[in-house]
Amino acid sequence: MQGENLLKQYGQGESAVLAVKGISFLIKSGEWLAIMGESGSGKSTLLSIMGAMNSPTQGKYWVDQIDVYSLGNEERADFRRQYLGFVFQNFYLVSYLTLLENVMLPLAPIGIKRKEKRNLAQEALWRVGLDGQSHRLPNQISGGEQQRVALARAIVNHPPILLADEPTGNLDTKNSLEIINLLQKLNGEGMTIIMVTHNFGYAQFAGRILKLADGLLVEEIKNDGQKFSGQKI
Amino acid sequence: MNLGSIALRNLRRRKTKAIFILVGLMVGVSAVVTFCTLVKAITEDIAHKLDEYGANILIVPQTQNLSLTYGGLSLGGVLFEMAEIKQADLEKIKSIKNAANIAAVGPLVLGVVDVANTKVLLAGIDFKAIQYLRPWWTYQGTLPDKEGLMVGAEAAKALGIKKGEYLKVNGETMAVTGILNSTGSQDDQIIFTPLKKAQSILKKEGRISMAEVAALCAGCPIEEMVRQISAILPGAKVMAVKQVVKSRLEALSHFQKAAYVFSALVVLVGALVVLVTMMGSVKERTAEIGIFRAMGFRSKHIMQIILSEAGIISVVAGVLGFFTGLGAAQAVLPFFTSSYHVSLPIDPLLAGLALAMAITLGLGASYYPARWAANLDPHEALRAL
Repeated sequence: MQGENLLKQYGQGESAVLAVKGISFLIKSGEWLAIMGESGSGKSTLLSIMGAMNSPTQGKYWVDQIDVYSLGNEERADFRRQYLGFVFQNFYLVSYLTLLENVMLPLAPIGIKRKEKRNLAQEALWRVGLDGQSHRLPNQISGGEQQRVALARAIVNHPPILLADEPTGNLDTKNSLEIINLLQKLNGEGMTIIMVTHNFGYAQFAGRILKLADGLLVEEIKNDGQKFSGQKI
Repeated sequence: MNLGSIALRNLRRRKTKAIFILVGLMVGVSAVVTFCTLVKAITEDIAHKLDEYGANILIVPQTQNLSLTYGGLSLGGVLFEMAEIKQADLEKIKSIKNAANIAAVGPLVLGVVDVANTKVLLAGIDFKAIQYLRPWWTYQGTLPDKEGLMVGAEAAKALGIKKGEYLKVNGETMAVTGILNSTGSQDDQIIFTPLKKAQSILKKEGRISMAEVAALCAGCPIEEMVRQISAILPGAKVMAVKQVVKSRLEALSHFQKAAYVFSALVVLVGALVVLVTMMGSVKERTAEIGIFRAMGFRSKHIMQIILSEAGIISVVAGVLGFFTGLGAAQAVLPFFTSSYHVSLPIDPLLAGLALAMAITLGLGASYYPARWAANLDPHEALRAL
């Protein structure tokens, strides 16, 4: 994943706000990257650009040599389906669907057999430790479990990249650690993970941390498992 | 899990909104079904009544100088003392092309007779055809069999006669078997007796003064029938009781127009209800749609979900609307007609049209909300929360 001089402006004229001010990055396949920063630092905007959901005002963004924002809206939807999985702070599970159906959602537009979809969803639920609760509704389980379902939904179609926006933001420490452990496991299996977080403790699980402030990339911290080496930018 | 099952699950979850849309569509469909059914039923009823109305083609001799009215409408005249038609000629009517449309042919002989020193118009008619020719007649007593008299209300009053009494007609004593209740027509001034008896009294055996034909029915080519009868009875003048048909059909046409305008309004309101409710529902689901888009649903997938929901509701609304419309038509029909014979059978064409209308209306009114949802930017949709 490569971003080059990405800039995002919201609004026009005097009310214009620059959320991201020319950020460049290179993320290798299988890497776990944490993005940190205060509220309004531009980290969620940057994540949405990485998620092929928010066209940058300026700059280029490639994934697997695909110039993502040169794709049309529909092709970008296909790109998201094939390459990306999303986990949000608020889980965004569909309340009227069972856990299994929620996990099956990304497979709904795909022309594969119902049984195969079910098997994939059950496998994803099993990976997050919720395979026995597939028939329950989201409001019948805890917040931690809901986030695990959201994680299962994000990985059900085996995307190479997982984007997590404050995945532990609404969870207590125990549940947060469970989610981090799951992310660690997925990363260990080769999945690229981009995680936005406020919490440095959880960011330390990533191989690299990008710190943003006021729309700018201000620091890059590398974690080789033994020590952190920071670099002010 | 596919797009259709997402639509179904959402409908189950948002029952109130689904029911609201369903009712909106159903009211529109049922209004159209009600009006179409009513118009059809009333048309059939009018046709039936016209059949029952009695004579609607008159056959009179070519010479005419006596004004005659029928049902309050001027129908030309007949000079009953001078010109007659041969009764045997009436048989030819059975050979016309549209003979199947003829319910009854009623020969009528007219003549002035002397009753208690009073000149009275005597009419000889075929009482067997009376149910077709004078279905509105009500009377006290019985219809004459071979020789009796049925006296018009005014004539009975003028002659001071009651049923069961006897009258001397041209010197011949005859029993009054019945007194006709007032009809408001010239029948009130006439005394009636069976055709053969009248011909005998008037010495007009084998001849008639005029004939009435009960022929009207829905779609009958009445003008064509008049032409056909004229062709086989060159010595007679054949006339259609056009006014009756015309006024009834004009009234129906007015009702039809009003019904269509009202239906269109109800349908428009129904469409607006669907549009507004669907739009509200879609806006409520902004986050959900944002998630779908983030997960890689294309615009067409979102449209498919929303339009599937609308389609499911529309089909149900079409079926329910059709039967509700039929029920409503059945309920209000007595206010439009006093007939009890009118049936409201299930018309497959109307059922199909109701279904097609519900689907068109439901999908049409949902298209804009679906388009709006499909064009939602996933980032904006999620950011708006």
